[in-house]
Amino acid sequence: MGSLLNDSLVIAPELFLIVSAIILLMLGSFKVKNSAKIVLYLSTITLFFVSFLELIMPWDISIIFNESLIENSFSRFTKSIIFMSSAFVIILSSRWLIRYDEKAFEYPILILFSSLGMALMVSANDLITLYLAIELQSLPLYVLASFRRDNINSGEAGIKYFVLGALSSSLFLFGASLVYGFTGSVEFFEISKVTSYSEVSAGLVVGIVFILSGLIFKISGVPFHMWTPDVYEGSATPVTAFFATAPKMAAMCMLVNILYGPFADSFYSWQQIIIFVSIASMALGSFAAIKQTNIKRLLAYSSIAHMGFTLIALALPLSPSNIQALLIYMLIYLMANLGVFSCIMSLEKSEGESVKDISDLSGISKKYPFIAFSLSIFMFSFAGIPPLAGFFGKYLIFRSAIENGLFLLAIFGLLISVIGAYYYINIVKVVYFDESNSSITKSSSKGLSITNIACTIFIIFFIIIYTLSPIAELARLAGISIN
Amino acid sequence: MFPVLLFYIFSLAIIASALMVIFSKQPINSVLFLIFSFINAAGIFLLAGAEFLALIMVIVYVGAVAVLFLFVIMMLDFNPDTIKKEVGKHLYVGLFIGFILFLEIILMMYSPELFSYEYQIVGNTVKTSLTNTEILGNLIYTEYFLQFQISGFILLVAMIGAIVLTLRHRDYVRRQIVSDQVARDPKLSIELVDIKLKIRK
Repeated sequence: MGSLLNDSLVIAPELFLIVSAIILLMLGSFKVKNSAKIVLYLSTITLFFVSFLELIMPWDISIIFNESLIENSFSRFTKSIIFMSSAFVIILSSRWLIRYDEKAFEYPILILFSSLGMALMVSANDLITLYLAIELQSLPLYVLASFRRDNINSGEAGIKYFVLGALSSSLFLFGASLVYGFTGSVEFFEISKVTSYSEVSAGLVVGIVFILSGLIFKISGVPFHMWTPDVYEGSATPVTAFFATAPKMAAMCMLVNILYGPFADSFYSWQQIIIFVSIASMALGSFAAIKQTNIKRLLAYSSIAHMGFTLIALALPLSPSNIQALLIYMLIYLMANLGVFSCIMSLEKSEGESVKDISDLSGISKKYPFIAFSLSIFMFSFAGIPPLAGFFGKYLIFRSAIENGLFLLAIFGLLISVIGAYYYINIVKVVYFDESNSSITKSSSKGLSITNIACTIFIIFFIIIYTLSPIAELARLAGISIN
Repeated sequence: MFPVLLFYIFSLAIIASALMVIFSKQPINSVLFLIFSFINAAGIFLLAGAEFLALIMVIVYVGAVAVLFLFVIMMLDFNPDTIKKEVGKHLYVGLFIGFILFLEIILMMYSPELFSYEYQIVGNTVKTSLTNTEILGNLIYTEYFLQFQISGFILLVAMIGAIVLTLRHRDYVRRQIVSDQVARDPKLSIELVDIKLKIRK
């Protein structure tokens, strides 16, 4: 056991985040003039800095705070991505927030605390820390969902998310107590020791099933997906952008950690569950999205389907290349989602009213060619059209599945992605070939355009970025550290 | 002898007040009896030597849960007659679930293998002169330091959330500004006015 100072140095980025969140909270509450703007800028800078700090910290394994946290290349890499996408979300929301309420400095601070919870989720090494981290991550999300408190839909979204989130927490806790009862410990190392030398007992399997139910809720996998469309639709658009990106990444990484960590030896008892959730999410996400008219509901179902695709990599025996495929897929999913939301938010129906329906987008290519172009690029990427990033994500995932002999799963995924292509390309058709809707105006800001351009470049030139930049190598290192 | 007597007093009080929770006509009386049964349960914990659990029981159940119930009852307009009608509808379901629970308890009591060595909880008993509260304090502030801090942040977020969702800045709301109150000066706030009095003759 290291000393407190040594342990604190290892989690220096998180400590920096905590301290700056508290300082910004003070700044927001005591400085009245322009406080929201200042807090917005400073929190964006903080998140980018912390994201950078994660990359330059030493990437070797260190187990700290009495084995309750673990830092390795996997957690460093994923946390860096999480912080970066949170920073982008704050950039996206700045214009909306200032227009909504100039004094609402709590918004970026809630995002900071939620990101802190996600960081702890990724590096948690026992069930108690994991549970607390999940709560720290989701509590700000409930508040953010009902942030527009005068709007009835927003309130509904908040209540729904809160009640169902509490239910998923209780499922997780029940599972955790069963796991504790049948292994005698809450620490991941102890649990994996117990499961490695004794055969998996029925009680432990029930515990794993309950824990998985709680966690699959967080990534909105299929039996627990019902909240996603309603919460996405009800929340403010920038908040939806946040829901769709960083929390999904954190929950997915946490699943990787817990499944290949303490429960690695009971692989055959959870593999079927993951395969089922994966197939069901892909199918439901793709079929249900066809009939949607609201663009946020469509994105909700699309995120369910994408989680299904990502889970394919998790249903395979542990190997670094599978984890690498999963991380690359999630990274592409995050960038494309940020891009789509930046496109949607740069358009508005009338003063202050955001675009809601897909039909609102009809014919915007004539007025705003760049937004139309980038939106179609993201949609083609979601659909998996070859030169774009989404294709390579799907390619890596399906290749891993085929290498591990899960041909049926890979073929099913391929067929489903054809169905998904229908509604993605339908949006491109609406944007380019439908009658122009004259009432749509542009409401872009610098932040929105920068995010949009950055995401577009990432998606179009992904193959060049992938081969030239160290992303692939970093993801490979991250994959190796899971064992 | 004395602890045994206390145990019987506490348990009798729990059973009696639990029955009163169900049978009393006014919902407010039910809640008060519920609080009484919680306090007696805390007494039983004290007898078992779990003084920390007893205190938590009083703080959490009496201080938070029961007071919440009280608020709900005072806020909502309950009519005892309609509640009685509603109870009649769900009586059979409740009786059924109660019967199953009762059966489970009886079965558990009469299954000898449950109490055999095989199913006993294996744990280390530590002989120490410290009380439960001291031991918990030692653990929380050393081994579970990180978890303790994270819980603190969760509470901070809960506070921020409550403020975000409920605080409204309205112009017509007059707030207490302590600094202004303290800085108040008799010279500025008291005005002496000469009033000309007309005395009628």
